[in-house]
Amino acid sequence: MNNNLSAAAAAQKRFKKTGFLHHRTFLQEMVRRWPFYLMILPGMLYIVIFNYLPMFGAVIAFKDYNPVKGIWGSKWIGFKNFEFFFKSDAAWRVTFNTIFYNLLIIVLVTVISVLFAILLQETGSRMRTAVYKSVMLMPFFLSWIVGEYIVYALLNTDQGLVNGIRKSLGLEAIDWYSDAIYWRFIMPLAYLLKQVGYTSVIYVAAVTGISSDYYEAAEIDGASKWQKARFITIPLLMPVVIILMLLWLGKIFNGGLGDWGAFYNLPRESGILFSSTDVIDTYVFRSLRTVNDIGMSSAVGLYQAVVGLVLVLISNYLVKKYDSDSSLF
Amino acid sequence: MGQLKMKREGLFSKLAINLMFIVYCAMCLIPVLLVLSISLTNEKSLLTDGYHLIPKEFSLIGYQYVFSGTTSILNAYKITMIVTAVGSFLHLLVTSLMSYAISRNEVRYRNQVSFLVFFTILFNGGLAPYYILITKYLHLKDTLLVLIIVLLVSPVHVLIMRNFFKALPDSIIESARIDGSGEFNTFFRIVLPLSTPVLATIGLFISIAYWNDWFTSALFIENNKLYTLQYLLQALMSNIQYLLSNEQASRAIEKSIGMLPGESARMAACVLSIGPIILMYPVLQRYFVKGLTLGAVKA
Repeated sequence: MNNNLSAAAAAQKRFKKTGFLHHRTFLQEMVRRWPFYLMILPGMLYIVIFNYLPMFGAVIAFKDYNPVKGIWGSKWIGFKNFEFFFKSDAAWRVTFNTIFYNLLIIVLVTVISVLFAILLQETGSRMRTAVYKSVMLMPFFLSWIVGEYIVYALLNTDQGLVNGIRKSLGLEAIDWYSDAIYWRFIMPLAYLLKQVGYTSVIYVAAVTGISSDYYEAAEIDGASKWQKARFITIPLLMPVVIILMLLWLGKIFNGGLGDWGAFYNLPRESGILFSSTDVIDTYVFRSLRTVNDIGMSSAVGLYQAVVGLVLVLISNYLVKKYDSDSSLF
Repeated sequence: MGQLKMKREGLFSKLAINLMFIVYCAMCLIPVLLVLSISLTNEKSLLTDGYHLIPKEFSLIGYQYVFSGTTSILNAYKITMIVTAVGSFLHLLVTSLMSYAISRNEVRYRNQVSFLVFFTILFNGGLAPYYILITKYLHLKDTLLVLIIVLLVSPVHVLIMRNFFKALPDSIIESARIDGSGEFNTFFRIVLPLSTPVLATIGLFISIAYWNDWFTSALFIENNKLYTLQYLLQALMSNIQYLLSNEQASRAIEKSIGMLPGESARMAACVLSIGPIILMYPVLQRYFVKGLTLGAVKA
């Protein structure tokens, strides 16, 4: 009797801890739930091969990579690859540009998109709102290569539309592609045009999800439109805003997979413009494919990945402290 | 009186809001229209008059040149379509299978698998080891397969789908099981048909990603028979010669207008690459907006 009771208690404890009544070994679980694990298999295999293997391969950042000897056979050289990078002028330039553009763009896109999402409800006609939304969303579906063509059509020195307009106004043509300073504005602007429509539409979906009870109650209390936006819409949008920002932050330093095509394509890889267009991603790509310096490329890539991880962990920690429901994990 | 004033103020702010959106929409549309206009303008007029939003001298020579018996753009279309179709299908298959399994509570290691997926969003080994893996160890350089493989699984999509499947009522799956339906049968016959919104949205995202992907080609493709549309466009920007595989036909066109229609042909190729996206746009947009309410990613 007593024995039975304690066994039941133990089972209950296990259930609380693991969510399962019976203890099973790994193998038993695999056999019992084999269809599910078979479903997981292709995806997991892919992630292990294409995401986890390269993480181990990252050791080549500490090696003098020799294609004949392969990753494991190459000679260890410690931090030489990193040293080389951090002593060059490029290190500061690409790190600064990466952080500068990403922070600028994250803040601008978020502020403008939230504003747009609120104002899109105030156009006075559903049809107009729908039309604005569809037009705004369009650039999101175009590639940065098309973006390169568009920027070229606008800014080409002799035939471009912008210089054409300047000339007809009696102003001098500007040689956009040979002065880096303009690109400090062109890059964020191009990014905004591609991103704001998409983000606004996400926020609009979130705004329409807010219960109308809140607004009705506020109206009874005599709240103005501005007060309703300030005290109802914006606070209720915050969780979505924070999640999108966190996800983006992870992308900033996400080697190769982030959306950095703009920085590679729009300035057409022009060396004169590097001071304001070169970011870590373009640098890694160039040292890999153009300069063919695997050691340097992998060192910078690892630097990027580690900084990115730290950045996300810190921001997630801060968000969690402030509002645990909005954090990423 | 006071009410009238308020009404007028409301009207004014409405006007301002609409004006702002019209200006913003114009900023989105005009650049695309400019590219279209250049592609439809006579090459000589482009050189002397510059680019305009409405062609000064209408001409189809750019398009004619792009299609002048040269096969490269048609080939790029073919490659891009194969990659987009096969890639999107496999992406949806692999992603939905995996996401469904880790959405089920009876799968004990679901959280561990989710974590392994999620971690790859946060950290990666960098581009160089990835490049070495694909070229040196898997020998996938210059293959059609690599164009498909690179985008085959996206951790973010797995997590979005998992959240969608989690929200499906448990009773449907339980009752199917009681009726003797196997897990795969339940998945394909019952769960997937209920999941068209998420499948459409993810499918849309991934097909756009495949269609617009230039990066994979830039890394792994050198054989010009495997150029995708985006990569061909990128190559054309620096050298229009990439279009010339049939010299005779292109020479004839060159002779007829006295020059190589470089600018208009480039822009024509660009328009041709956007074409399918614009044609599909109403459908894309509908599912896109629908899919946004599917819930945010949270681990």
